[in-house]
Amino acid sequence: MFNAYEQNTLSFDVDLCSGCGMCVAVCPHAVFQMNGRKAELSSPQACMECGACQMNCIAGAISVESGVGCAAAMIHAALTGRKEPSCGCA
Amino acid sequence: MNQLVSLTVKPKILATSSRLTRADRWDHFLVRIGHKRGEHRVAPGLYALGNPSPESSVFVTANYTLSFDALRSSLAGIDAYILVLDTRGINVWCAAGKGTFGTDEIVLRVHQTQLKEVVTHRTLILPQLGAPGVAAHQVKKRTGFRVEYGPVRAADLPEYLKTREAAPEMRRVRFRLGDRMTLLPVEVRNHLLPMLVAAFILYFLGGWISALAAIACLLAGSALFPVLLPWLPTRNFSTKGFFLGGVVALPFALSALLGHPDWPWWRQAGQGLEFLLAMPAVTAFVAINFTGASTFTSRTGVRREMYAYIPVMAVTFASGALLAIIFAFVR
Repeated sequence: MFNAYEQNTLSFDVDLCSGCGMCVAVCPHAVFQMNGRKAELSSPQACMECGACQMNCIAGAISVESGVGCAAAMIHAALTGRKEPSCGCA
Repeated sequence: MNQLVSLTVKPKILATSSRLTRADRWDHFLVRIGHKRGEHRVAPGLYALGNPSPESSVFVTANYTLSFDALRSSLAGIDAYILVLDTRGINVWCAAGKGTFGTDEIVLRVHQTQLKEVVTHRTLILPQLGAPGVAAHQVKKRTGFRVEYGPVRAADLPEYLKTREAAPEMRRVRFRLGDRMTLLPVEVRNHLLPMLVAAFILYFLGGWISALAAIACLLAGSALFPVLLPWLPTRNFSTKGFFLGGVVALPFALSALLGHPDWPWWRQAGQGLEFLLAMPAVTAFVAINFTGASTFTSRTGVRREMYAYIPVMAVTFASGALLAIIFAFVR
């Protein structure tokens, strides 16, 4: 069965990780966990691309194309010809 | 000279309390039914909760009344400062996604409120969901204040403050039945106008049953779907919506099939099919629009889902509508 949420844009370079644990603290879906002195991706499929980890990674070890996971916003952007969808609720 | 003046001007601190008044609860009610959604704002700035001293903690929040009130009411019996950012009346998480709950705004407010003159420590406690807009290391560099991410929910703050460590459960965002139920009034309200217009038009095209079908599939998407979300089969919102819409369409299809023994078989089957094609498409479309209200869908996933299923919705809906038009004229 097709699951649209199996893929996402999150990537993590463990070699750059400084082990500060910030990604573990900010992730609302427990995508990261600490493994010894480094972070590791424990459930990458749960990522919702909010961008909190990348924003707070001082080592630049995390990259994710963050954006709103909202169909209403994307449909609105498509209809009004705007490039970057943003929260219509906001 | 300028410096001297600014040192002698006392920082402006507003007063607040942890007690919610009847007026606050009325405001919360209005937010929940979607009344003037952008206008539930608190004045940005620094607030004193209770009787704070220079050692008291500083909590940062958004200037949306629900955010501010959730924070202060969770801090009953605690003397603290609350730094309210200008997020234009938007909650913490959504504002962080937009960047209005963000590094620049924190830096601006810390300077504007002269926070360094008010407290002796150098720590800001932020809600965890502010993190998508805030780079903690940048705040430290630009203001001298260390950012500490507290729990997701303000209600967990008393527990958090005991150890200044958030348990894993406090770091997880949830989307429980109660969370989803509070969204229902706004969801239904957002679909009320199309629902009434469609019902009105369909009444003249096909009578009461058709009008009822329009109401049923839109209500299924806006009210039943959020409630049943985790229990509907499959992972994608669209397929969950198709499933739910199919179940709701079944009685309508059966009424066409079995309720008119006087009709020829092709008309019974055709009008039954009409409901089975059009109704699930509508429910699925409303369902996919709920992705943004949920707490876990990624942009990549929603985009993949849209490309896969919106064409299916369009084709099935158009086929159902076409059948309806044909049968409206072939009497």
